[in-house]
Amino acid sequence: MAGKSELLPGTLDLLVLQTLKRAPLHGYGIAQSIKRVSDDVLTVEEGSLYPALQRLLLQGWVKAEWKMTDTNRRARFYTLTAAGRKQLGLEISKFEQMMAAIGRVLADAEEA
Amino acid sequence: MSVWSAMGRLGRKLGVLRRREQFGGELDEEMRFHQEQMARELEEQGMSREDAQYAAQRQFGNATRMRERSHEVMGFQWESVAQDVRFALRQMGRGPGFAVTAVLMLALGMGASTAIFGFVDAALIQPLPYAQPNRLVAVDESETAFPRSNLSRYDYDDWKRMNHSLASLDVYNGTGYLLRMGPVAEPVPAARVSAGFFHTLGVQPILGRDFRPGEDAPGQPKIVMLPYGTWKTRFGGRRDVIGQQVSLSGDEYTIVGVLPRSFAFAPRANAQFWVPMLDRRAGCEDRRSCHDLDGVARLKDGVTEQAALADLKNVAARLAKEYPENIGQGASVEPLTELIVGQVRPILLTLLAGAGLLLLIACVNVASLLLVRAEKRRREIAVRGALGATPARLVRQFVTEGLLLAVAGCGGGLLVAGGLMTLLTRIVPKSMAEGMPFIDIVGLNGHTILFAAGVAVLAALLLAAIPALRMQLSDLHEGLNEGARGTAGRLWRRLGANLVVVELAVAVVLLAGAGLLGKSLYRLLHVDLGFDATHLATDYVMAPGPAYAKPEQDMALYREIQRRVGALPGVTGVGITSDMPIQCDCDTDWIRVPGRPYHGEHNETLERDVSPEYFGVLRAKLLEGRMFTDEDDAQHPYVVILNETMAKRDFPGEDPVGKQIADLGLTPKSVRTVVGVVADIREGALDDPPWPAEYLPIYHAPDTNFSVVARTRGSAAALLPEMVKTMQGITPNPGVYGEVTMEEQASASPTAMMHRFSTWLVGGFAAMALLLCLVGLYGVVAYSVSQRTREIGVRMALGAERSAVQGMILREAGRLAAVGIVLGLFGAVAAAALMRSLLFGVAAWDVPTLAAVTAVLGVSALVASFLPARRAARVNPVEALRSE
Repeated sequence: MAGKSELLPGTLDLLVLQTLKRAPLHGYGIAQSIKRVSDDVLTVEEGSLYPALQRLLLQGWVKAEWKMTDTNRRARFYTLTAAGRKQLGLEISKFEQMMAAIGRVLADAEEA
Repeated sequence: MSVWSAMGRLGRKLGVLRRREQFGGELDEEMRFHQEQMARELEEQGMSREDAQYAAQRQFGNATRMRERSHEVMGFQWESVAQDVRFALRQMGRGPGFAVTAVLMLALGMGASTAIFGFVDAALIQPLPYAQPNRLVAVDESETAFPRSNLSRYDYDDWKRMNHSLASLDVYNGTGYLLRMGPVAEPVPAARVSAGFFHTLGVQPILGRDFRPGEDAPGQPKIVMLPYGTWKTRFGGRRDVIGQQVSLSGDEYTIVGVLPRSFAFAPRANAQFWVPMLDRRAGCEDRRSCHDLDGVARLKDGVTEQAALADLKNVAARLAKEYPENIGQGASVEPLTELIVGQVRPILLTLLAGAGLLLLIACVNVASLLLVRAEKRRREIAVRGALGATPARLVRQFVTEGLLLAVAGCGGGLLVAGGLMTLLTRIVPKSMAEGMPFIDIVGLNGHTILFAAGVAVLAALLLAAIPALRMQLSDLHEGLNEGARGTAGRLWRRLGANLVVVELAVAVVLLAGAGLLGKSLYRLLHVDLGFDATHLATDYVMAPGPAYAKPEQDMALYREIQRRVGALPGVTGVGITSDMPIQCDCDTDWIRVPGRPYHGEHNETLERDVSPEYFGVLRAKLLEGRMFTDEDDAQHPYVVILNETMAKRDFPGEDPVGKQIADLGLTPKSVRTVVGVVADIREGALDDPPWPAEYLPIYHAPDTNFSVVARTRGSAAALLPEMVKTMQGITPNPGVYGEVTMEEQASASPTAMMHRFSTWLVGGFAAMALLLCLVGLYGVVAYSVSQRTREIGVRMALGAERSAVQGMILREAGRLAAVGIVLGLFGAVAAAALMRSLLFGVAAWDVPTLAAVTAVLGVSALVASFLPARRAARVNPVEALRSE
């Protein structure tokens, strides 16, 4: 179970949007994808995905439709909208700014 | 964020709202699918089916909570609000006693404060019914004895010409006419005004026209303006009254206009006819030294009151240089509002403060009831918390309950306020209501409802904050723990006890206020009048001009009235006077003592013309010399009787009898010899110090307007109708009006009424406050006892006497009461100092009142805590220990 870590607050939206950028996915798919791509480092309390998805829906950044899965089950698939794409860009640059800032602080600490 | 995206969000939300059921269903399906996928994957990795399902659930998290959060995202909070409301209602339904008590208390507090605010709003907040009322000022002269004294006609003309600060200046004064519309002439009050009066106020007639400039010049046609009330009641509200004639004291006046319904002018509120002042009232307005007018002016744009005052003072100073009789006459300018509501302001604000304090007590009481309930519900709260309710949600439950109570209380409060306002406006006697035109607009309107809503919000915040605060203070989980009661009890005792101290202190303030006001009222009604007011019947006479034009005719009328009224059964004496006592410190004369150095001072003195019998009928005390006799008429040397205050002012350390006084110019026929001194008769308001007064024989200068005072052995009230009828029987018949007994005159005088009004209201508030705070104290002590049953049981098991237990509880209550009372006493003295202007003959720190309040509250507090203390002493230690 080593390497598991809590998500930084506010990054869940970013991860979901980024995940949906590649292809439409259902909730379970999104959770799996995040886990896989992050080499099991980022795990979400998977249920908390759903309030987040409702929030994104409400903002109009994603849209949802019911489709059949490969295993022939009905599931709701989420697709990134144009507004969502724009928002993703925004969130990424915000995140990068923050990372850069944290990096500078750490570098400063090392020099001291 | 553009408007569009906000709209889009709203649209999506509404879309989901419409399909709420579907939303929930889809979400559930989606989450179920997720969990199944997880479980299947785990199963494929080799877990047993059950383990996999369990693991999937754990990893997924609390599904119910996720569902709730998703719902919240979509704006379904109101659903949970509805749950909260339903739950709160169920809670209240389970203990209706609590809900009813709480709502009643809140309704009472809110109702009282809203009703009083209704008056405050009508009098002090809503503008006067004139155009730009804040630019209107009352303009008068001023001198040492009267900071605000009337203008003389000559000074008015000069001020109007010489000032640079007023856009317009107009004057008014009161008068009366004998109106002849039917067979009997009826005396009616009226007002004389300069032609621009209504224009200055910015009032337009609703029918006909305003007076035109110059229509107040001598020789102009006689015209009249009707106020709305007169038009409705006397002329049936007919539109064709314009141009019609009305007979006032024998002269025909043409009606030119009708004033709007909203028009009211408090200084001349009772005027039934408004006429331009065509004549210069003989004997007064033909002299510069006779002041009988009041001014009202509109300030020029950009001119402040202070600038106008400086300007008019300057004008007055220039006139004083020119005319010796103007020496010492300054100017007074104050907002017209001040003239109209200045007197009631301190009373209204005091009442508002009283009602506010009552509301505070009510809220605190309800809050402490809520606290007690919160204590009792610790278990329920803890269980709900353990089952996943967030602290925020639990706090919201309390907030919802507080809000519900506040809303219900506010609704009830509006009902109480409406009723109270109607009641109070009805209680005010008509004569007083006329001077308070704002009374007509008191009622439930936008302002009062807004005020009630504001109060409700504040109350809701308080009611919600206290239990919510308590939730923050104590750890939720403690509730599940059996032994945790002790700490919670301590917390409660600290908070609840403080609340009770606040209540007690506020009750002390209200009780002391009521006590001081009551004592003032008592002092006022028992002030030394200088005569015996019992068994006196009085009325006013207005004799029709043509028939009573000559002094002999007036004299004959006096004698006839005295003969006829004196012959009525029980009547022992009848006196005539120009001015009834307990009216006003007005109708003054300027005098000087011949042979003394003189520097132009006015020596303002009340002038009363009285018949020889007058002092005897009043039973006034003659201190020196003699009373008047029938000989004291125009054919005999002119004489005068002084009151004690005047004797002391003008003849300090001398015997005034035999000395002389005269007018300022020492006119030979004004020189009078003092023949007697009477003890001060209260001529002005009950709370005014006595003024110097001179009494002249009425036979020296008879007049057609006068008052009659009759002493009877029987009831004065019973004599009144008989007296009026008898006087009306004289031919040609004089107008008789304003009949009232002297005692009524005193007890219904505006000063007495104002004091009575505030005493009863504050007294009522205080009584309610006392009741509420005793309920509060009882609740606190009783609850504390119930919380400490176990402790008490232990104490008793260890050998504590029942009396010791009882003493312990009583000591605790006594300490609370003592702290509350002491704090309250400080507050009471401070509050009394603030309402000093309403106190009469009582100091703010009146020791007997404060002692009485302390005693009343102390004893009541003892009684309120005795019952629970006794219950504590009866605790059976075995049961107490077993029950826990």
